[in-house]
Amino acid sequence: MENLLNIFVKSIFIDNMIFAYFLGMCSYLAVSKKYKTAAGLGMAVIFVLGITIPLNWLAYNFLLKEGALTWISEDFASIDLEVLKFIVFIAIVAAFVQLTEMAVEKFSPSLYNSLGIFLPLIAVNCSILGGALFLPTRDYEFVEALTFGLGSGIGWFLAVVSLAAIREKMAYADVPKPLRGLGITFIIVGLMAFGFMSFGGFELPFKNKEQQQAELEKTSDNSEIVDEVSVANYSE
Amino acid sequence: MSTETLEKDVKEVKKTSEPLLSKKRRTLLTNPLDEDNPITIQVLGICSALAVTVALKPTLVMAIAVTAVLVLANVVISALRNTIPNRIRIIVQLVVVASLVAIVDQVLKAYSYDVWKELSVFIGLIITNCIVMGRLEAFALGNKPWDAMLDGLGNSFGYAWIILAIAFFRELTGSGKLFGVKVLPYEYIGNGVMMSPAGACILLGILIWVIRSRNGYVED
Repeated sequence: MENLLNIFVKSIFIDNMIFAYFLGMCSYLAVSKKYKTAAGLGMAVIFVLGITIPLNWLAYNFLLKEGALTWISEDFASIDLEVLKFIVFIAIVAAFVQLTEMAVEKFSPSLYNSLGIFLPLIAVNCSILGGALFLPTRDYEFVEALTFGLGSGIGWFLAVVSLAAIREKMAYADVPKPLRGLGITFIIVGLMAFGFMSFGGFELPFKNKEQQQAELEKTSDNSEIVDEVSVANYSE
Repeated sequence: MSTETLEKDVKEVKKTSEPLLSKKRRTLLTNPLDEDNPITIQVLGICSALAVTVALKPTLVMAIAVTAVLVLANVVISALRNTIPNRIRIIVQLVVVASLVAIVDQVLKAYSYDVWKELSVFIGLIITNCIVMGRLEAFALGNKPWDAMLDGLGNSFGYAWIILAIAFFRELTGSGKLFGVKVLPYEYIGNGVMMSPAGACILLGILIWVIRSRNGYVED
Protein backbone atom coordinates (compact mmCIF):
# COMPACT_ATOMS: atom_id res chain seq x y z
CA MET A 1 0.00 0.00 0.00
CA GLU A 2 2.72 2.47 0.97
CA ASN A 3 4.59 1.46 -2.12
CA LEU A 4 1.58 2.27 -4.27
CA LEU A 5 1.33 5.74 -2.79
CA ASN A 6 5.01 6.22 -3.57
CA ILE A 7 4.56 5.26 -7.20
CA PHE A 8 1.51 7.50 -7.43
CA VAL A 9 3.25 10.61 -6.06
CA LYS A 10 6.38 9.86 -8.05
CA SER A 11 4.59 9.48 -11.37
CA ILE A 12 2.61 12.69 -10.87
CA PHE A 13 5.32 15.05 -9.68
CA ILE A 14 8.85 13.69 -9.87
CA ASP A 15 8.68 11.62 -13.05
CA ASN A 16 6.10 13.86 -14.68
CA MET A 17 5.48 12.74 -18.25
CA ILE A 18 5.92 16.23 -19.64
CA PHE A 19 8.56 17.85 -17.48
CA ALA A 20 10.83 14.88 -16.88
CA TYR A 21 10.47 12.87 -20.10
CA PHE A 22 8.85 15.22 -22.64
CA LEU A 23 6.29 12.61 -23.62
CA GLY A 24 3.15 13.71 -25.39
CA MET A 25 4.71 17.05 -26.23
CA CYS A 26 3.09 17.53 -29.64
CA SER A 27 -0.50 17.37 -28.47
CA TYR A 28 0.55 19.17 -25.29
CA LEU A 29 1.59 22.21 -27.33
CA ALA A 30 -1.25 21.88 -29.82
CA VAL A 31 -4.19 21.83 -27.40
CA SER A 32 -2.92 24.15 -24.69
CA LYS A 33 -4.21 27.32 -26.32
CA LYS A 34 -7.54 27.17 -24.49
CA TYR A 35 -8.16 25.99 -20.95
CA LYS A 36 -11.31 24.06 -21.84
CA THR A 37 -9.90 21.94 -24.63
CA ALA A 38 -6.79 21.31 -22.55
CA ALA A 39 -8.87 19.96 -19.68
CA GLY A 40 -10.84 17.76 -22.11
CA LEU A 41 -7.76 16.15 -23.59
CA GLY A 42 -6.21 15.85 -20.13
CA MET A 43 -9.20 13.84 -18.89
CA ALA A 44 -9.04 11.60 -21.95
CA VAL A 45 -5.33 10.97 -21.34
CA ILE A 46 -5.95 9.98 -17.70
CA PHE A 47 -8.64 7.56 -18.81
CA VAL A 48 -6.70 5.98 -21.66
CA LEU A 49 -3.41 5.74 -19.72
CA GLY A 50 -5.20 4.27 -16.71
CA ILE A 51 -6.56 1.44 -18.82
CA THR A 52 -3.99 0.79 -21.53
CA ILE A 53 -1.02 0.57 -19.14
CA PRO A 54 -2.52 -2.40 -17.23
CA LEU A 55 -3.59 -3.94 -20.56
CA ASN A 56 -0.09 -3.59 -21.93
CA TRP A 57 1.29 -4.96 -18.66
CA LEU A 58 -0.80 -8.08 -19.19
CA ALA A 59 0.35 -8.35 -22.80
CA TYR A 60 3.99 -7.94 -21.79
CA ASN A 61 3.94 -10.36 -18.88
CA PHE A 62 1.82 -13.10 -20.41
CA LEU A 63 2.82 -12.82 -24.07
CA LEU A 64 6.00 -10.96 -24.86
CA LYS A 65 8.52 -11.39 -22.04
CA GLU A 66 11.08 -14.16 -22.26
CA GLY A 67 9.44 -17.27 -20.77
CA ALA A 68 6.09 -15.49 -20.50
CA LEU A 69 4.33 -18.17 -22.48
CA THR A 70 4.93 -20.92 -19.95
CA TRP A 71 1.29 -20.67 -18.91
CA ILE A 72 0.42 -22.42 -22.17
CA SER A 73 3.07 -25.07 -22.12
CA GLU A 74 6.45 -25.62 -20.46
CA ASP A 75 8.02 -26.02 -23.90
CA PHE A 76 7.67 -22.31 -24.58
CA ALA A 77 10.00 -21.28 -21.75
CA SER A 78 12.77 -20.18 -24.12
CA ILE A 79 10.57 -18.09 -26.42
CA ASP A 80 11.28 -14.36 -26.35
CA LEU A 81 8.83 -12.23 -28.29
CA GLU A 82 10.11 -8.88 -27.10
CA VAL A 83 10.86 -7.87 -30.70
CA LEU A 84 7.14 -7.60 -31.24
CA LYS A 85 6.51 -5.24 -28.34
CA PHE A 86 6.16 -2.11 -30.50
CA ILE A 87 3.53 -3.62 -32.75
CA VAL A 88 1.61 -5.25 -29.89
CA PHE A 89 1.63 -2.15 -27.69
CA ILE A 90 0.57 0.25 -30.41
CA ALA A 91 -2.07 -2.17 -31.65
CA ILE A 92 -3.54 -2.43 -28.15
CA VAL A 93 -3.54 1.34 -27.73
CA ALA A 94 -5.05 2.04 -31.15
CA ALA A 95 -7.67 -0.67 -30.83
CA PHE A 96 -8.63 0.45 -27.34
CA VAL A 97 -8.95 4.06 -28.42
CA GLN A 98 -11.11 3.07 -31.37
CA LEU A 99 -13.32 0.90 -29.14
CA THR A 100 -13.76 3.61 -26.54
CA GLU A 101 -14.64 6.10 -29.22
CA MET A 102 -17.36 3.83 -30.56
CA ALA A 103 -18.69 2.97 -27.09
CA VAL A 104 -18.79 6.60 -25.98
CA GLU A 105 -20.49 7.62 -29.22
CA LYS A 106 -23.20 5.00 -28.66
CA PHE A 107 -23.88 5.32 -24.97
CA SER A 108 -23.20 8.94 -24.12
CA PRO A 109 -23.49 11.36 -27.04
CA SER A 110 -23.04 14.38 -24.78
CA LEU A 111 -19.71 13.09 -23.48
CA TYR A 112 -18.79 12.18 -27.05
CA ASN A 113 -19.37 15.73 -28.16
CA SER A 114 -17.16 17.19 -25.47
CA LEU A 115 -14.43 14.52 -25.60
CA GLY A 116 -14.97 12.82 -28.93
CA ILE A 117 -12.66 14.84 -31.10
CA PHE A 118 -9.75 14.27 -28.74
CA LEU A 119 -9.97 10.51 -28.55
CA PRO A 120 -8.52 9.71 -31.98
CA LEU A 121 -5.67 12.14 -31.25
CA ILE A 122 -4.70 10.08 -28.24
CA ALA A 123 -3.69 7.02 -30.24
CA VAL A 124 -0.67 8.96 -31.44
CA ASN A 125 0.07 10.67 -28.14
CA CYS A 126 3.63 9.71 -27.16
CA SER A 127 2.81 9.58 -23.47
CA ILE A 128 0.53 6.56 -23.93
CA LEU A 129 3.04 4.49 -25.86
CA GLY A 130 5.92 5.89 -23.79
CA GLY A 131 4.27 4.77 -20.58
CA ALA A 132 3.85 1.29 -22.04
CA LEU A 133 7.48 1.20 -23.17
CA PHE A 134 8.64 2.00 -19.64
CA LEU A 135 7.03 -1.23 -18.41
CA PRO A 136 9.79 -3.64 -19.53
CA THR A 137 12.44 -1.55 -17.75
CA ARG A 138 10.51 -1.30 -14.49
CA ASP A 139 9.46 -4.37 -12.59
CA TYR A 140 5.92 -3.45 -11.67
CA GLU A 141 3.25 -5.70 -10.23
CA PHE A 142 -0.16 -5.45 -11.85
CA VAL A 143 -1.61 -3.03 -9.29
CA GLU A 144 1.57 -0.97 -9.38
CA ALA A 145 1.27 -0.71 -13.15
CA LEU A 146 -2.30 0.51 -12.77
CA THR A 147 -1.20 3.14 -10.24
CA PHE A 148 1.64 4.20 -12.50
CA GLY A 149 -0.77 4.60 -15.42
CA LEU A 150 -3.24 6.69 -13.45
CA GLY A 151 -0.51 8.79 -11.83
CA SER A 152 1.17 9.55 -15.15
CA GLY A 153 -2.17 10.54 -16.60
CA ILE A 154 -2.90 12.92 -13.73
CA GLY A 155 0.60 14.38 -14.07
CA TRP A 156 -0.03 15.04 -17.77
CA PHE A 157 -3.42 16.57 -16.97
CA LEU A 158 -1.89 18.93 -14.40
CA ALA A 159 0.84 19.98 -16.81
CA VAL A 160 -1.48 20.70 -19.72
CA VAL A 161 -4.06 22.56 -17.64
CA SER A 162 -1.46 24.80 -16.01
CA LEU A 163 0.18 25.62 -19.34
CA ALA A 164 -3.20 26.42 -20.88
CA ALA A 165 -3.99 28.76 -18.01
CA ILE A 166 -0.71 30.62 -18.51
CA ARG A 167 -1.19 30.82 -22.26
CA GLU A 168 -4.68 32.29 -21.86
CA LYS A 169 -3.25 35.04 -19.70
CA MET A 170 -0.46 35.59 -22.19
CA ALA A 171 -2.89 36.80 -24.81
CA TYR A 172 -2.63 40.17 -23.05
CA ALA A 173 1.16 40.29 -23.09
CA ASP A 174 3.21 42.07 -25.74
CA VAL A 175 5.58 39.36 -26.92
CA PRO A 176 8.17 40.10 -29.66
CA LYS A 177 6.67 39.04 -32.99
CA PRO A 178 8.95 36.15 -34.00
CA LEU A 179 8.78 34.75 -30.47
CA ARG A 180 5.00 34.65 -30.44
CA GLY A 181 3.25 31.32 -30.22
CA LEU A 182 5.62 28.39 -30.19
CA GLY A 183 8.80 30.18 -29.11
CA ILE A 184 7.49 31.78 -25.95
CA THR A 185 5.55 28.61 -25.12
CA PHE A 186 8.76 26.63 -25.10
CA ILE A 187 10.41 29.11 -22.78
CA ILE A 188 7.41 28.92 -20.43
CA VAL A 189 7.52 25.12 -20.50
CA GLY A 190 11.21 25.33 -19.63
CA LEU A 191 10.49 27.57 -16.65
CA MET A 192 7.71 25.25 -15.50
CA ALA A 193 10.10 22.34 -15.81
CA PHE A 194 12.48 24.18 -13.45
CA GLY A 195 9.62 24.41 -10.99
CA PHE A 196 8.89 20.72 -11.27
CA MET A 197 12.59 19.89 -10.85
CA SER A 198 12.26 21.04 -7.25
CA PHE A 199 10.06 18.01 -6.64
CA GLY A 200 13.17 15.94 -7.32
CA GLY A 201 14.41 16.72 -3.82
CA PHE A 202 11.17 15.49 -2.35
CA GLU A 203 11.42 12.84 0.30
CA LEU A 204 8.75 10.30 -0.58
CA PRO A 205 6.15 9.89 2.17
CA PHE A 206 6.63 6.17 2.49
CA LYS A 207 9.67 4.04 2.00
CA ASN A 208 9.52 0.74 0.24
CA LYS A 209 10.72 -2.50 1.82
CA GLU A 210 14.30 -2.34 0.52
CA GLN A 211 14.78 1.19 1.80
CA GLN A 212 13.36 0.22 5.19
CA GLN A 213 15.72 -2.72 5.29
CA ALA A 214 18.66 -0.51 4.39
CA GLU A 215 17.80 1.93 7.13
CA LEU A 216 17.34 -0.82 9.67
CA GLU A 217 20.78 -2.13 8.81
CA LYS A 218 22.26 1.34 9.12
CA THR A 219 20.85 1.92 12.60
CA SER A 220 21.69 -1.57 13.73
CA ASP A 221 25.34 -1.11 12.80
CA ASN A 222 25.91 0.40 16.23
CA SER A 223 24.79 -2.59 18.20
CA GLU A 224 27.39 -5.30 18.45
CA ILE A 225 24.97 -8.19 18.71
CA VAL A 226 23.45 -7.59 15.31
CA ASP A 227 26.95 -7.05 13.95
CA GLU A 228 27.94 -10.51 15.05
CA VAL A 229 24.88 -11.99 13.41
CA SER A 230 25.58 -10.26 10.16
CA VAL A 231 29.23 -11.33 10.32
CA ALA A 232 28.06 -14.87 10.84
CA ASN A 233 25.79 -14.45 7.85
CA TYR A 234 28.65 -13.18 5.75
CA SER A 235 30.92 -16.07 6.71
CA GLU A 236 28.26 -18.49 5.59
CA MET B 1 -7.15 -5.23 -61.98
CA SER B 2 -7.57 -6.14 -65.65
CA THR B 3 -4.81 -5.51 -68.14
CA GLU B 4 -6.86 -2.85 -69.88
CA THR B 5 -7.11 -0.60 -66.87
CA LEU B 6 -3.46 -1.27 -66.13
CA GLU B 7 -2.47 -0.05 -69.58
CA LYS B 8 -4.67 2.98 -69.15
CA ASP B 9 -3.00 3.72 -65.85
CA VAL B 10 0.43 3.42 -67.41
CA LYS B 11 -0.55 5.80 -70.17
CA GLU B 12 -1.86 8.32 -67.70
CA VAL B 13 1.32 8.14 -65.70
CA LYS B 14 3.33 8.69 -68.86
CA LYS B 15 1.25 11.64 -69.84
CA THR B 16 1.71 13.41 -66.55
CA SER B 17 5.30 12.36 -65.94
CA GLU B 18 7.73 15.14 -65.25
CA PRO B 19 11.50 15.27 -64.77
CA LEU B 20 12.68 13.37 -61.69
CA LEU B 21 13.86 16.55 -60.06
CA SER B 22 11.59 19.23 -61.44
CA LYS B 23 11.31 22.59 -59.77
CA LYS B 24 8.22 21.55 -57.84
CA ARG B 25 9.96 18.46 -56.58
CA ARG B 26 13.04 20.37 -55.55
CA THR B 27 10.88 22.55 -53.32
CA LEU B 28 9.57 19.36 -51.69
CA LEU B 29 13.13 18.71 -50.66
CA THR B 30 14.21 22.22 -49.69
CA ASN B 31 11.07 23.74 -48.16
CA PRO B 32 11.11 21.67 -44.96
CA LEU B 33 14.66 22.82 -44.25
CA ASP B 34 13.60 26.37 -43.51
CA GLU B 35 10.19 27.91 -44.16
CA ASP B 36 8.20 24.70 -43.66
CA ASN B 37 10.42 23.09 -41.04
CA PRO B 38 8.73 20.21 -39.19
CA ILE B 39 9.93 21.33 -35.77
CA THR B 40 10.04 25.11 -35.81
CA ILE B 41 7.02 25.80 -38.06
CA GLN B 42 4.82 22.71 -38.14
CA VAL B 43 5.43 21.90 -34.43
CA LEU B 44 5.84 18.17 -34.96
CA GLY B 45 8.16 15.65 -33.34
CA ILE B 46 9.02 17.73 -30.32
CA CYS B 47 9.27 14.88 -27.79
CA SER B 48 12.35 13.31 -29.26
CA ALA B 49 13.85 16.65 -30.26
CA LEU B 50 14.07 17.57 -26.58
CA ALA B 51 14.70 14.20 -25.02
CA VAL B 52 17.58 12.76 -27.03
CA THR B 53 19.61 15.92 -27.61
CA VAL B 54 21.84 15.70 -24.54
CA ALA B 55 24.84 14.76 -26.70
CA LEU B 56 25.63 14.74 -30.41
CA LYS B 57 26.21 11.03 -30.87
CA PRO B 58 22.77 9.70 -29.84
CA THR B 59 21.21 12.64 -31.66
CA LEU B 60 22.93 11.70 -34.92
CA VAL B 61 21.80 8.10 -34.54
CA MET B 62 18.26 9.25 -33.78
CA ALA B 63 18.26 11.51 -36.86
CA ILE B 64 19.37 8.61 -39.06
CA ALA B 65 16.75 6.31 -37.53
CA VAL B 66 13.97 8.84 -38.10
CA THR B 67 15.14 9.44 -41.68
CA ALA B 68 15.06 5.72 -42.44
CA VAL B 69 11.62 5.21 -40.90
CA LEU B 70 10.05 8.34 -42.38
CA VAL B 71 11.29 7.76 -45.94
CA LEU B 72 10.34 4.07 -45.98
CA ALA B 73 6.95 4.64 -44.33
CA ASN B 74 6.16 7.46 -46.76
CA VAL B 75 6.96 5.25 -49.74
CA VAL B 76 5.03 2.25 -48.42
CA ILE B 77 1.91 4.20 -47.46
CA SER B 78 2.01 6.15 -50.69
CA ALA B 79 2.19 2.91 -52.66
CA LEU B 80 -0.75 1.49 -50.71
CA ARG B 81 -2.76 4.71 -50.67
CA ASN B 82 -5.49 3.54 -53.03
CA THR B 83 -6.11 0.29 -51.17
CA ILE B 84 -6.38 1.62 -47.61
CA PRO B 85 -9.98 2.15 -46.43
CA ASN B 86 -10.34 5.63 -45.01
CA ARG B 87 -11.81 4.61 -41.66
CA ILE B 88 -8.96 2.40 -40.54
CA ARG B 89 -6.09 4.33 -42.11
CA ILE B 90 -4.61 5.38 -38.76
CA ILE B 91 -4.24 1.78 -37.63
CA VAL B 92 -2.76 0.76 -40.97
CA GLN B 93 -0.24 3.59 -40.75
CA LEU B 94 0.64 2.68 -37.18
CA VAL B 95 1.24 -0.95 -38.09
CA VAL B 96 3.48 -0.07 -41.03
CA VAL B 97 5.47 2.40 -38.95
CA ALA B 98 5.69 0.03 -35.98
CA SER B 99 7.13 -2.74 -38.13
CA LEU B 100 9.73 -0.38 -39.59
CA VAL B 101 10.65 0.85 -36.12
CA ALA B 102 11.00 -2.71 -34.86
CA ILE B 103 13.52 -3.35 -37.66
CA VAL B 104 15.46 -0.16 -36.89
CA ASP B 105 15.44 -1.08 -33.19
CA GLN B 106 16.90 -4.52 -33.86
CA VAL B 107 19.56 -3.16 -36.23
CA LEU B 108 20.65 -0.57 -33.66
CA LYS B 109 20.68 -3.15 -30.88
CA ALA B 110 22.95 -5.33 -33.00
CA TYR B 111 25.39 -2.73 -34.31
CA SER B 112 25.55 0.02 -31.72
CA TYR B 113 24.39 -1.32 -28.40
CA ASP B 114 25.58 1.62 -26.25
CA VAL B 115 23.62 4.19 -28.19
CA TRP B 116 20.62 1.87 -28.30
CA LYS B 117 20.72 1.68 -24.52
CA GLU B 118 21.07 5.44 -24.18
CA LEU B 119 18.11 6.12 -26.45
CA SER B 120 15.99 3.53 -24.58
CA VAL B 121 12.30 4.19 -25.13
CA PHE B 122 12.82 6.97 -27.65
CA ILE B 123 13.56 4.59 -30.53
CA GLY B 124 10.18 2.99 -29.91
CA LEU B 125 8.60 6.41 -29.71
CA ILE B 126 9.47 7.09 -33.37
CA ILE B 127 6.16 5.24 -33.94
CA THR B 128 4.21 8.06 -32.38
CA ASN B 129 6.61 10.75 -33.56
CA CYS B 130 4.22 13.29 -34.96
CA ILE B 131 6.49 13.99 -37.94
CA VAL B 132 6.00 10.47 -39.23
CA MET B 133 2.24 10.37 -38.67
CA GLY B 134 1.82 13.97 -39.81
CA ARG B 135 3.64 13.48 -43.11
CA LEU B 136 1.83 10.20 -43.78
CA GLU B 137 -1.53 11.88 -43.22
CA ALA B 138 -0.76 15.13 -44.98
CA PHE B 139 1.37 13.98 -47.88
CA ALA B 140 1.84 10.26 -48.49
CA LEU B 141 -1.89 9.51 -48.60
CA GLY B 142 -2.37 11.86 -51.54
CA ASN B 143 0.80 11.67 -53.58
CA LYS B 144 2.89 9.29 -55.67
CA PRO B 145 5.72 7.25 -54.09
CA TRP B 146 8.61 9.22 -55.63
CA ASP B 147 7.20 12.56 -54.43
CA ALA B 148 6.49 10.98 -51.05
CA MET B 149 10.09 9.84 -50.82
CA LEU B 150 11.39 13.34 -51.57
CA ASP B 151 9.00 14.78 -49.00
CA GLY B 152 10.19 12.24 -46.44
CA LEU B 153 13.83 13.06 -47.13
CA GLY B 154 13.21 16.80 -46.94
CA ASN B 155 11.30 16.62 -43.68
CA SER B 156 13.75 14.30 -41.99
CA PHE B 157 16.65 16.57 -42.99
CA GLY B 158 14.73 19.52 -41.61
CA TYR B 159 14.25 17.57 -38.38
CA ALA B 160 17.87 16.41 -38.34
CA TRP B 161 19.49 19.80 -38.62
CA ILE B 162 17.38 21.27 -35.84
CA ILE B 163 18.06 18.47 -33.37
CA LEU B 164 21.76 18.44 -34.29
CA ALA B 165 21.93 22.19 -33.66
CA ILE B 166 20.28 21.79 -30.25
CA ALA B 167 22.54 18.86 -29.38
CA PHE B 168 25.62 20.89 -30.44
CA PHE B 169 24.82 23.71 -28.02
CA ARG B 170 23.67 21.40 -25.24
CA GLU B 171 26.74 19.18 -25.34
CA LEU B 172 29.14 22.10 -25.77
CA THR B 173 27.78 24.17 -22.89
CA GLY B 174 26.61 21.26 -20.78
CA SER B 175 29.80 19.27 -20.63
CA GLY B 176 32.31 21.16 -22.82
CA LYS B 177 32.48 18.26 -25.25
CA LEU B 178 31.60 17.57 -28.88
CA PHE B 179 30.92 13.95 -29.91
CA GLY B 180 32.36 12.97 -26.51
CA VAL B 181 35.69 14.76 -27.11
CA LYS B 182 36.61 17.59 -24.76
CA VAL B 183 36.94 20.82 -26.78
CA LEU B 184 36.62 23.56 -24.18
CA PRO B 185 39.52 24.21 -21.77
CA TYR B 186 39.86 21.60 -19.08
CA GLU B 187 38.85 24.02 -16.31
CA TYR B 188 35.41 24.50 -17.87
CA ILE B 189 32.73 23.31 -15.50
CA GLY B 190 29.69 21.84 -17.23
CA ASN B 191 26.47 23.81 -17.01
CA GLY B 192 23.99 21.39 -15.46
CA VAL B 193 20.98 23.38 -16.62
CA MET B 194 21.75 22.65 -20.26
CA MET B 195 21.82 18.93 -19.56
CA SER B 196 18.40 19.06 -17.95
CA PRO B 197 15.11 18.96 -19.87
CA ALA B 198 14.31 22.52 -18.82
CA GLY B 199 17.45 23.87 -20.50
CA ALA B 200 16.53 22.09 -23.71
CA CYS B 201 13.11 23.75 -23.76
CA ILE B 202 14.54 27.22 -23.33
CA LEU B 203 17.26 26.59 -25.92
CA LEU B 204 14.68 25.38 -28.45
CA GLY B 205 12.55 28.45 -27.70
CA ILE B 206 15.49 30.72 -28.47
CA LEU B 207 16.38 28.76 -31.62
CA ILE B 208 12.80 29.16 -32.86
CA TRP B 209 13.02 32.87 -32.13
CA VAL B 210 16.19 33.21 -34.22
CA ILE B 211 14.85 31.13 -37.12
CA ARG B 212 11.50 32.90 -37.24
CA SER B 213 12.99 36.36 -37.10
CA ARG B 214 15.14 35.32 -40.06
CA ASN B 215 12.39 33.92 -42.28
CA GLY B 216 9.70 36.30 -41.07
CA TYR B 217 7.15 33.68 -40.00
CA VAL B 218 4.70 35.09 -37.43
CA GLU B 219 2.07 33.17 -35.50
CA ASP B 220 -1.06 35.07 -34.64
